[in-house]
Amino acid sequence: MLSLSKHDDANANLNPNRSMNEDRPLTLKSQRFRAEREADWRRLESLLADLEAGHRKRLSDDDVIALPVLYRATLSSLSVARAISLDRNLVDYLESLCTRAYFFVYGARVTLGERLANFFLRDWPRAVRNLWRETLVSAGLMALGTVMSLVLVLRASTWFAVFIPSWLNGGRSPNTPTADLARTLAGSHDGNGLSLFADFLFTHNAQIALTAFALGFIFCLPTGFLMLTNGRMAGAFLALFISRGLGVPFGGWMLIHGVTELFAVTLAGAAGFRIGWGIAFPGRKSRLAAATDAGREAATVMAGVVIMLAVAGLLEGFGRQLIALTAARYAIAAFTALVWGVYFYRPNFHRSGK
Amino acid sequence: MMRAASFQRELITPEGIDLKLVLGDAGERVAGFFLDLLVILGILVGLTLLLVVFGWATSFQAPGAMAVIWLLGFFLLRNFYFMAFELTPRATTPGKRMTGLRVAMRDGSPLTANAIFARNAMRELEIFLPLSFLARNGTVIDAWIGVVGLVWCGTFMFFPLFNRDRLRVGDLVGSTWVVKAPRRVLDAEVGQEKSNDLRAGPAPARAAIAFTDAALDAYGIKELNILENVLRRKDEATMRAVAQRIRAKIGFPDSLPDAEFLNAYYFALRGRLESRLLFGKRRNDKYEKV
Repeated sequence: MLSLSKHDDANANLNPNRSMNEDRPLTLKSQRFRAEREADWRRLESLLADLEAGHRKRLSDDDVIALPVLYRATLSSLSVARAISLDRNLVDYLESLCTRAYFFVYGARVTLGERLANFFLRDWPRAVRNLWRETLVSAGLMALGTVMSLVLVLRASTWFAVFIPSWLNGGRSPNTPTADLARTLAGSHDGNGLSLFADFLFTHNAQIALTAFALGFIFCLPTGFLMLTNGRMAGAFLALFISRGLGVPFGGWMLIHGVTELFAVTLAGAAGFRIGWGIAFPGRKSRLAAATDAGREAATVMAGVVIMLAVAGLLEGFGRQLIALTAARYAIAAFTALVWGVYFYRPNFHRSGK
Repeated sequence: MMRAASFQRELITPEGIDLKLVLGDAGERVAGFFLDLLVILGILVGLTLLLVVFGWATSFQAPGAMAVIWLLGFFLLRNFYFMAFELTPRATTPGKRMTGLRVAMRDGSPLTANAIFARNAMRELEIFLPLSFLARNGTVIDAWIGVVGLVWCGTFMFFPLFNRDRLRVGDLVGSTWVVKAPRRVLDAEVGQEKSNDLRAGPAPARAAIAFTDAALDAYGIKELNILENVLRRKDEATMRAVAQRIRAKIGFPDSLPDAEFLNAYYFALRGRLESRLLFGKRRNDKYEKV
């Protein structure tokens, strides 16, 4: 810190004893001020350029140690320059340099590895736990949609076309013969095109989940509608297969990835609800603060949802197509349910300690 | 800064100095966004061409793999292009960087991955939902639903225009904002551009001219800054016109070349205004009393 004293001491420049230098070209105090410090500013600027471009290794130990000192010196220069200098170019330069340096010096100090570890070990499960109310509502709406369409389609199969648009049914409709329906549930062992299928399912579902999240901003309603729709589609298919006596195999076919996928979509809906609710009913907080708090938690959940959907896409594209045995499919479904359940909702004995 | 104060925001560092952040205005942000869209489109076209060339070379043996790469590439670009760039230390995308903007937390704290995720996931609502309404086709009723949906989505698209901090919906949820972070260059001292050594400037001519107090009281800080700009830009015609105006105003004989006169007057005026500044007397423009 000793090295700072030279820069901190603005009065040194205003010292009348120095006026004997008046006959030199740099007649103004602000010019001498600049001449004395310019080298430091330039050095800070070049260090920042390296750091911002990610060339951390180019810096020597001396540079790393010098960075905070240079930052404070430059900040002090800015403060002095604003008070004594009328050189617009100089003050603008120092303002921009200080802002850059501030964002770097006080920026995130965790590495990517630490960030990821924190996310998986702490932030994600905690955020999911905190959203339990919204998760229940979201799951409830989806269940409501499922039951509704299940009952309606079982009663009159014409409802099927209402819930499932024709481009989505993939050759499965009340007019399809039972044998053909059974064939859609079978796995295919050749494995060709499976990765494409998994990829398509992942991107499609992730897009829907992100939409459900973003729509939550509009006071929850569209997200709720999306959850109902999602449930209705599942219910309509379930009813179709139950009516042909294929309920159990269909369950295995759907749940092997559905546990993960439906859970992920439920969480996406919950994240949307959290934001919408926070904005509609901010409580004691300001609306802006409520939106911010809700956004932080919901975003953590959503980042995880994208990961879950990638897992679901793999299970759907590979697992389901390669594993045709219904019992094995149920076993995998139960296993994934157990894993997610324990991961998110295990009792946290360390909580009181923290 | 001569910018309207309504866009300036206080950011006090732990060292106690206000960095006076300036918010990015709507025009810059739209321009930045479109530049980013162009970059995305460029990458997508490049990826497609690459895949076509690859497919042509292998006589389309593996169409599945190519489709996988394309779909995944499209998904990643659509959702993670902005996030990936904003997570770097620069906290800015190529488009924003070109327009001199960056993302920052509203409270000045370090930018978190969460905030960046939240602010970019909301693009779904602001950009892609309106686009999907726009792309709607079908019956007349469908078209009307599309129009109504588009109008309704406009609320979110134009959200930044209706609040003081120019926050997008994504900024609101992520507790971020977009500030100006232009890369500024420190030019040499006025009149010393040629030599690298600051102490070897063309001094003699300047020392010879003496201005009266009345001549130096003619202008304030605003005019000084304009004069600084003129001197840095070195445009002959402008310098001529400015020199004429100043000479007429302060009643100075037309004896010196324009550049020399303006340089001398600039330093004399700056010296006087700066020394008054040290005594706490800031004269912002020529209309203020001396």
